[in-house]
Amino acid sequence: MEIFDFFVQNREMIYFIILAVFVGIEVIGGVPTVLHTPLMSGANAIHGVVIVGAIIVMLDTDPSNIFGLILGFLAVILGTLNVVGGFVVTDRMLEMFKKK
Amino acid sequence: MKGLLEICYLIGSVTFIIGLKMMGNAKTARKGNLIGAFGMTIAILGTIFLFRTDHTTVNTLKFVLIFGAIGIGSAIGWLTAKKVEMTKMPELVSMFNGMGGACAALIGLTEYEHNRGNIAALSFIVAGMVIGTISFSGSIIAYLKLSGKMDKPVRLPNYNSLNNIVLLLVVIASVYVVLQSLALPVFVIWILFVVAIIYGILFTVPIGGADMPVVISLLNSFTGLAAAFGGFLYDNKPMLTGGILVGSAGTLLTLARCKAMNRPLSNVIFGAFGGGSGAAAGEASEKGTVKDIQVSDLAVLLNYSKKVVIVPGYGLAVAQAQHVIHELEKLLEERGVEVKYAIHPVAGRMPGHMNVLLAESNVEYEKLVEMEDINPEFPQTDVVLVVGANDVVNPAAKTDPSSPIYGMPILDVENAKNIIINKRSMSAGYAGIDNLLFYNSKTSMFFGDAKKALTELVAEIKQL
Repeated sequence: MEIFDFFVQNREMIYFIILAVFVGIEVIGGVPTVLHTPLMSGANAIHGVVIVGAIIVMLDTDPSNIFGLILGFLAVILGTLNVVGGFVVTDRMLEMFKKK
Repeated sequence: MKGLLEICYLIGSVTFIIGLKMMGNAKTARKGNLIGAFGMTIAILGTIFLFRTDHTTVNTLKFVLIFGAIGIGSAIGWLTAKKVEMTKMPELVSMFNGMGGACAALIGLTEYEHNRGNIAALSFIVAGMVIGTISFSGSIIAYLKLSGKMDKPVRLPNYNSLNNIVLLLVVIASVYVVLQSLALPVFVIWILFVVAIIYGILFTVPIGGADMPVVISLLNSFTGLAAAFGGFLYDNKPMLTGGILVGSAGTLLTLARCKAMNRPLSNVIFGAFGGGSGAAAGEASEKGTVKDIQVSDLAVLLNYSKKVVIVPGYGLAVAQAQHVIHELEKLLEERGVEVKYAIHPVAGRMPGHMNVLLAESNVEYEKLVEMEDINPEFPQTDVVLVVGANDVVNPAAKTDPSSPIYGMPILDVENAKNIIINKRSMSAGYAGIDNLLFYNSKTSMFFGDAKKALTELVAEIKQL
């Protein structure tokens, strides 16, 4: 059975995913509404980690594959926008809470 | 150097969890965000300098391109984030989210060709590409809607069936492309990309007005999911942790927002909301007359009240009146009036948006009272001042089962002794629904642009 093989081969990964889902729920649970906007914005910055994938694409692309390099280049720009913009805008929001 | 890279990745993954956890508390939130940013930097630098596999080739050109791209992205991201006004925050978050989705889509598009025939890798590549693309085009539409460049919800005939057909098409095409990759030409992935763009647009376009925050939150978790698929592909732990964490946390935030409006998520996505119900608006016009109040009378009324509750809404933010409202609050406090702000969970365009805006103008954190805590206080309140809010005080949510906001918990302002509503005109709220509260015998309308009207009011009170 192919499906069983898949489970056996990826057992650790599957456990990892299930636990990560619970960590996500646990971490957000019980946060006051007041903080939902900065939290959403902060989470937005964190999924910018997709930029790591874009860098891997750049590193793995054959240097003669110009089209691949261009796509990777664009991906790194977009990922950086997500990361830097996300963290900076969240910091600006939270700065206001801290003034008190 | 593989070991050092793994340590970088461990630091990245752990800081994401700790950072997000710390952001759940007002005291530690800012530090939490910085910790997340620190971990991200470690993960990125680690990847650039230490990630090496059999396919990796490193040359100067690549380093120039990578650092050039990071430089360009950082400059644009930093400047936009620093310059944006607080009122425009929701659309900016939506835009950054779309960029992350597009990044995931591009990864899928480049990885497709040399992974053809490898079903496991292709399923992650195609899933990440499709979900990232939907998040990208959906976020751009959400951005256009929130920034007012596209304000009417567009509803094609039978849009629910149409959307579901396109979704089905996307799913079937994705599975087909994964299974038959070797038999199909390479460019099919681009066709799939275009179809996913179309679905993202169709998915977001009919959703209007008050539901946009739910959509942003949902698209946020989509991008998280797309990042997680990238994590599967490269067996990369920070991408997996970050992606799954945001995916599950974002879903929870989405559901919390839906709960605040007392509507199931399916209703938000498939229900026709935001267009308003024409019938309800027609009826309401026969429900009585509207009184208005002059600024001098209102000044006297507020000055001699014991307790005033301010209900701020998005209109306050649009008029940039958050500073003058704080001035009014301070002035009244000096005169011995107790002033509080009643914050509805969906006030503004994102959960907690109103708190951010009022915090910006130095309103004390303790004065912002959440709905459950302020509702029992309305009967002892002399004056409720509603500024630029509408749907969150609309009694139709309790009384009119045909209203699109029926069942949403609201602020019970009608229990207060006097209700003052500041509005520019008699037009309906963001959700497009008329408000019976305006015709209440205790209600007086205080017409005018929030900033201008409140500035006049402050001047008037100072003279008393």
